[in-house]
Amino acid sequence: MRTIATGLFAAAALAAGAAAQAPNPADWPAVLEAAKGQEVHWHAWGGSATINDYIAWAAAEAGRRHGFSVVHVPLADTADAVSRVIAERAAGRDSGGAVDLIWINGENFAEMKEQGLLFGPWAESLPNWSLVDPVANPAVAFDFTIPTEGYEAPWDMAQIVFFHDSARLPEPPRSIPALLDWAKANPGRFAYPQPPDFLGSTFLKQALIALTPDRARLQAPVDESDYEAATAPLWAWLDALTPHLWRGGAAWPQSGPRLIQLLADGETEIAFSFNPNEAANAVANFQLPESVRSFVLEEGSIGNANFLAIPYNAGDAAAAMVLANFLMSPEAQARKQDPAIWGGMTVLAMDRLSAEDRARFDGFARGEASLPPEALGPILPEPHPSWMVRLEEDWAKRYGSAR
Amino acid sequence: MVTAAAGRASRLPPLAPALTVALLLLPVSAGFLGVAAPSLGYMPALGGERLSALPFRELFAWPDLPRAVALSVLVGLAATAISLLAVMLIVAGWRGSRAFRALERALSPLLSVPHAAAAFGLAFLIAPSGWIARALSPWATGWERPPDLLIVQDPWGLSLILGLVAKEIPFLFLMTLAALPQAQPAKSEAVARALGYAPLTGWFKTVFPRVYRQIRLPVLAVLAYSMSVVDMAIILGPSAPPPLSVQVVRWMNDPDLSLRFRAAAGAMLQLGLVAAALLFWFGLEKAVAALGRRWVEGGGRGGGAMEGWLRLLGLALAALSAGAVFAGLGGLAIWSFAGLWPFPDALPEGPTLRSWMRHGPALAAPMAETLLIAAAATALSLFLTIACLEAESRHGLAPSGRALWLLYLPLIVPQVAFLTGLQTLALAAGLDGGRGAVIAAHALFVLPYVFLSLAGPWREWDARQALVARTLGAGPGRALFAVRLPMLLRPALTAAAVGFAASVGQYLPTLLIGGGAVRTVTTEAVALAAGGDRRAIAIWSLAQTAAALAPFLAAALIPRIAWRNRAGLRDG
Amino acid sequence: MGERGLRLERLEIAREGRRLVALDALIEPGEALTVMGPSGSGKSTLLSVIAGAPPPGFSVAGRVLLDGRDMTALPPEARRIGILFQEELLFPHLSVGANLAFGLRPHVKGRAARRARVERALAEAGLEGMAERDPATLSGGQKARAALMRMLLSEPAALLLDEAFSRLDAALRGQIRALVFDTARREGVPVLQVTHDEADAAAAGGRVVRL
Repeated sequence: MRTIATGLFAAAALAAGAAAQAPNPADWPAVLEAAKGQEVHWHAWGGSATINDYIAWAAAEAGRRHGFSVVHVPLADTADAVSRVIAERAAGRDSGGAVDLIWINGENFAEMKEQGLLFGPWAESLPNWSLVDPVANPAVAFDFTIPTEGYEAPWDMAQIVFFHDSARLPEPPRSIPALLDWAKANPGRFAYPQPPDFLGSTFLKQALIALTPDRARLQAPVDESDYEAATAPLWAWLDALTPHLWRGGAAWPQSGPRLIQLLADGETEIAFSFNPNEAANAVANFQLPESVRSFVLEEGSIGNANFLAIPYNAGDAAAAMVLANFLMSPEAQARKQDPAIWGGMTVLAMDRLSAEDRARFDGFARGEASLPPEALGPILPEPHPSWMVRLEEDWAKRYGSAR
Repeated sequence: MVTAAAGRASRLPPLAPALTVALLLLPVSAGFLGVAAPSLGYMPALGGERLSALPFRELFAWPDLPRAVALSVLVGLAATAISLLAVMLIVAGWRGSRAFRALERALSPLLSVPHAAAAFGLAFLIAPSGWIARALSPWATGWERPPDLLIVQDPWGLSLILGLVAKEIPFLFLMTLAALPQAQPAKSEAVARALGYAPLTGWFKTVFPRVYRQIRLPVLAVLAYSMSVVDMAIILGPSAPPPLSVQVVRWMNDPDLSLRFRAAAGAMLQLGLVAAALLFWFGLEKAVAALGRRWVEGGGRGGGAMEGWLRLLGLALAALSAGAVFAGLGGLAIWSFAGLWPFPDALPEGPTLRSWMRHGPALAAPMAETLLIAAAATALSLFLTIACLEAESRHGLAPSGRALWLLYLPLIVPQVAFLTGLQTLALAAGLDGGRGAVIAAHALFVLPYVFLSLAGPWREWDARQALVARTLGAGPGRALFAVRLPMLLRPALTAAAVGFAASVGQYLPTLLIGGGAVRTVTTEAVALAAGGDRRAIAIWSLAQTAAALAPFLAAALIPRIAWRNRAGLRDG
Repeated sequence: MGERGLRLERLEIAREGRRLVALDALIEPGEALTVMGPSGSGKSTLLSVIAGAPPPGFSVAGRVLLDGRDMTALPPEARRIGILFQEELLFPHLSVGANLAFGLRPHVKGRAARRARVERALAEAGLEGMAERDPATLSGGQKARAALMRMLLSEPAALLLDEAFSRLDAALRGQIRALVFDTARREGVPVLQVTHDEADAAAAGGRVVRL
């Protein structure tokens, strides 16, 4: 099926054609000039009031400073924005599209890039690109191992962090093998979202990295010759774990945020999230008790970056680029990292900032619920996206129907 | 010669149905083609350039397909049958009682709660960590921690059926109330009672056939809806595998764009399933009618213990339905003021106004947009519906309406797939991105509800009333506005309220056709619901409920006030 | 001045090629013609055709003339042919007085004049002071009289009766029957009634056609 989509469709040519109408990202003054009076429709997941509040601030600030306006289109699913762009292409609207900027990463990005649905390259021409360090932090330039090639700009770092209620569970298991032992001793008190939910699939990858004999192998695409060997320990581990999961694996949480509800309701003891500050935010929102604490696994935790992409036919690409540049500014990044605002980690390299800008990131008051950035441990790189696709397929075959 | 004595009444050709069909034809075919073409591998925007059976082959290769299909069908049939039975038992057994009047009064809020909010409320009620368990724990159950019990998301879809029944009973009850005056049950009941029939038996033998004829379209809509529902099914239904409609959405939303072909094939299968279920229901109707005739001819007077049990069953089902939705609504209200609320506390810490202060100010603008769009889409739909039905009566068109089945297609094709084609058409026509386009798109989904709500009572209305008015010198316009519409005020307002609520509930059409520029309480609610914060979900769900409430209240109160001295227009 | 009365000129009603009714008759002013036949024989259809609203599915040939004018192409409201059904069909959303006012011709102008005319009609029918009443609260006989007065106020040039007396109890039936036929004779209105009750035919006192 994938082959139909990949096809020989000359999408790249289309994208190039549309790009010609947008300002040249390399000519930044021209971009700033073109951005004036535009209206950026920023399609971004809207499930978190905390993040929505930050987006509202950034939208107002960027617009006020640069003379354009920003509309946050809150989405339940990034796929809705992708649908819109696909429909626009199907209808032949190759310019003046309604989606100007998408919060995106991973497979959504890979697919849109492959289908020629993205404008670019532009991200590496942003003035603030000089503040990131793709060598020290490859995650800002490789999205699930796919080189971004300037088709998207990083604006937030994510990392898998676990949390638990210390009042009920003082000492949580801190590795993938330990998690299995703990689940056996505490049946029904651990759950992960049903893949292909993004967080659920990430959990599979986290376990795969911890258990597979050769981690480096995962950076290259899946190859049938060693797929079985690479994944056998994962399936054995999951086979042992599943009967001890919440509802014995007969029902699954539908999404990542559901894990927080389950922890809050006392149904489970351990939850996890891609936002290292999730626990603190949930405490501030009364979703979790103040006794909640975060922890990371000893194997390290999968981390990646969240990006901003511009569709190939965006009507207001210039202002979208200016907005993305603003979001990468030390001011916006520091505000984002403030645990009282959001707590999202910065994509900027501290050694590339002026002393004054570096100081913006110091001295945040942090609750006990979440870990400071330096305590988050090693970041595991995302495997090549083909692994996620295969894992999701095989997971569905093995556990997708409760029998 | 045929027209000779038909007179000048039909000087105008039957324009309205033709116009309505013409208005619908393009968007509905675009929506349908937008599903059918990719299901056969054709979708150039995603590189599908030639027809292929691959999407269907992949669909049928999905090992869980039989279970997903069986779930859709069973859930749909069970929810429809139980809801219909409950409503008929309530109307037959309790009309005129205090319980009946209480249910009538409860109807407007019951109907205004969106399906997703009702599901959310129900899930919080019955889950092992839910409200009921909290109220009983730990003093009665001994649970310090919620037990690991599979209640919500059970593999048989029972909690999904319960959720659907809770929402569909009020809907069918409302439709039945609007239909009753045309069925004139009081006279038949009196006759049946005089002939020695027990109340329930007499009602089913004499009134039921006439009432069912009027609520038939709503019943079929309930069947189609229950089979295709997504939002409720995600919350309450099984997930491994889910009903087919949910799996279609999962494929459609998968980052892997090639899965959209399989999703389209799934949507076509879903359409076929609904069609097959409708045919099955038609067969069921025939069988029940035949059995019923024999039952009626048998002359049994009924009564006895059975009748009493059935009455109790009706009351129990209705009370359960109303109780579940109201408890859910109460849960929402409490969550909106909740601080921390751990298990097994029956009530949260707080109360705090913080959630309201955070979200409250953001409610006003989307609320105004929601009401404006719903009012416009409903007015347009009501106008087209009345024009079609009036043309049907004036020109003696066949009530089956022939081409009007087209009207119902948007209801039974899975929306997420249907909208792809619709959106492409809107874009190609340059009709997108604004409030007007969103109103037009809403009308596409509102019109069928308005039509199916009004058609039964309209067609059942005694046309001799119109003839009397005409022979008294009234032109067709006066006969319509001074006689027919006032007499059908209640069903017309009911239809408008149902349409209004349908518009309020639209998420994907608003988002996709509006290009994200049109924000309603529902687009905000659905986006926030993705984050799982119950306090935010509660506030926006309550906002949705409030948006839909006024028209239902109006439909209940205006006829009661306007016709307070008109016994002939109360329910028979 | 040409012919007076209601002429049915080779009127034929058929359904799916089967002829149900064939009539060729002149009903003179004040005369009452009775058409008798069992249920399903097309009696009611005949009246609908003459009133100008043939039900769908029937084919009609022939002409209807009233006082020499061809009615065939006219809509019901232009024909001035009144009709009374077995049920009174008072409009349930209007008061008794408003029901009568609905029938009252527009040439009676002014609120006061129209109200006075309605009050007089109510009084003639023995319904004094009932203008504000809900029609659903009237007795069977009162309803029948109100429906008759409503029709008379529309000043019909011909009158159609569709089993108009069959629902009334015996005592009332004679009274209303007399009221209708006396009024028609007095006003010189041609009457066509369909019924299956021989007594109705006898009371009409005119010709009887059997289907």
